[in-house]
Amino acid sequence: MTDSATMPQPVSFGRRVKRFMADRPLIPLIILLIILVVILQILRPGIVNERWLANTAKFAIPLAILAGCQTMTMLTGGIDLSVGTVATMSAFIMATQIVNQDPAVAFLLAMLPAVLIGLVNGIGVGVFRVHPLIMTLGTSLIGTGFLQVYQRTVIASGAKIPDFLNWLGTGVTYGFPNALLLFVPVAVLIVFMLNRTGFGRLLYAVGDNERAARLSGVRYWQVITALYVLSSLLAGITGLLYIGLIKAPSLSLAEPLVLPSVAAAVIGGTSIFGGRGGYTGTIIGALILTVLTTLLTILQMPEGGRRILFGFIVLFVTAAYLRIVEDR
Amino acid sequence: MSHLFRNQGWVAGLFALLIFLFIVTKLIQPGYGSGDFGSLARAVLPYAFAVAAQTVVVIAGGIDLSVAAMMALTSVTAASMMNGASEEYALFVVPFVLAMGFVLGALNGALIVVTRVPDIVVTLAMLFVLQGAALLVLDAPGGAAAEWLKAMITGTVPIPGLPDAIDAWLPKALLVLIVCLCVIWIPLRRSRLGLSLYAIGSSELAAFRSGVPVARTRIIAYALSGLFAAMGGLALTMSTGIGAPIPGPYLLASVAAVVLGGVALGGGKGGLLGPIIAVFVLRLVRTDLTLLAIDPNVTAIIEGLIMVAVVMFGAFITIRGRPAGATP
Repeated sequence: MTDSATMPQPVSFGRRVKRFMADRPLIPLIILLIILVVILQILRPGIVNERWLANTAKFAIPLAILAGCQTMTMLTGGIDLSVGTVATMSAFIMATQIVNQDPAVAFLLAMLPAVLIGLVNGIGVGVFRVHPLIMTLGTSLIGTGFLQVYQRTVIASGAKIPDFLNWLGTGVTYGFPNALLLFVPVAVLIVFMLNRTGFGRLLYAVGDNERAARLSGVRYWQVITALYVLSSLLAGITGLLYIGLIKAPSLSLAEPLVLPSVAAAVIGGTSIFGGRGGYTGTIIGALILTVLTTLLTILQMPEGGRRILFGFIVLFVTAAYLRIVEDR
Repeated sequence: MSHLFRNQGWVAGLFALLIFLFIVTKLIQPGYGSGDFGSLARAVLPYAFAVAAQTVVVIAGGIDLSVAAMMALTSVTAASMMNGASEEYALFVVPFVLAMGFVLGALNGALIVVTRVPDIVVTLAMLFVLQGAALLVLDAPGGAAAEWLKAMITGTVPIPGLPDAIDAWLPKALLVLIVCLCVIWIPLRRSRLGLSLYAIGSSELAAFRSGVPVARTRIIAYALSGLFAAMGGLALTMSTGIGAPIPGPYLLASVAAVVLGGVALGGGKGGLLGPIIAVFVLRLVRTDLTLLAIDPNVTAIIEGLIMVAVVMFGAFITIRGRPAGATP
């Protein structure tokens, strides 16, 4: 990235640190994660053990997948705030439809709203050029409305969590949470897609310079529509995983994950303006946030304080990245 | 000049639409009278202030995503301060809350100017922060409002010398709205500052080169937005008698009304009258849906669809208005 030949004179320590951060954003993140774990161990000696690791992973995985949705949309300069509603919808529909339906049918029914919302988001952003933030906020409001209407129709039949999702969400085999069975393929797929496929490069290209991408023949609206449908599908699958973890279907199940998912992607080094970032950083960002949440719970910080902190983290990190980019 | 005419034409058309909707309402419900109009005015109040808050920043070329969260914070602050306090104490609470909104809004603007992070990111981060702060003030709906504040928006204004039949059509809530908006907007519009707002909205560079203090104007725009949002928060507390820490659907509604009211999302165009009429239109549509005995949840869906459609339409108009091939 930075060419040392263009900087003949010795650079100051501060600049060197900045350049290092810009070139290898993962290393400071991992250091931060380790520091947080050490603080946790100091505050509560003995808390960091095998069970804690499995538990942290279990809670970090849904967050990491949702943050994956944010990462991909942010690479194009967008954002997807409807992931919480989509995840809640698919989880709620799955839990209520499994009572009377075949699991496969219930699964398809649960994924249907995800695809539809993704499609509407994609068309709104790609064709009508609505700002992604406003578009996804709007579809999530509409989705919540539909969910409330739907809830009335199934109030008599009750809900249950399928055993398989229970196993996937909470189960631990040989010290490894079963959720990794879902997460590892998803993560590999996202990383592979972003780095090695044409679609992934299109996302970077569109986010980096949309006009240049269009002029070189990228069909913007098709890329964006595919992206938002993919993001919604991932959110839907996360919902299924999350219901197996939380085990209480409600109409605001995954809503609390939305802000942290944005924060995780931003901390992980994905630029909210598009064109820069990747999924590996996001995964570490999700881990950092999960450990941070544990830490704040131990320190008895209320939910409100956590949100304030997340807000400032997003702002501070974005401002810091902006400085780094401007410096070069 | 023709530009002015076109703008006024848009507002006039909107006003005609409003009258048409009133006629439709009267047809659906022949008994629709002054009492219903009063409750419409009360329902509009918080929305109208949210829209005013959004309009000021949109005219100045920005966007404020923290409007709804700001309303929630100011509303819970007012409600918890007035809880168990004397009626006179509320005389201190009202200016305090308004000043709080103004200062927090100015903080929004200052963060945008100082960090140089785009407005959409800063106000998104502030949305998290303000939401968290609201939860810290009150973690569940509660608090109280002074009786005279509640009385301020219930009932009608008795004007001596006019028959009661006409008095009845002038609800206090409408008067409060008109007075609050005019007191701020009319002097602003006629001042140098108002001109600067429009100037930085239409072209920041041109404004800067003509000697407009861009940074200061932007901070004031966000401060005014915070002030209007605080009025909206107070209106919420006044009409419900309590404060709720969860932000209502005011963000999307404010953006939709701004677009429908003829204020371009790019900035520099439009006034306050259009968006305010647009709020009445959107609320009246809701009233009509309720009068048609449609399930309130379905009403929420239809409302969401209308708002998304309006925003899409607005974005579409914005693209059409640009030279071909330009990126929005």
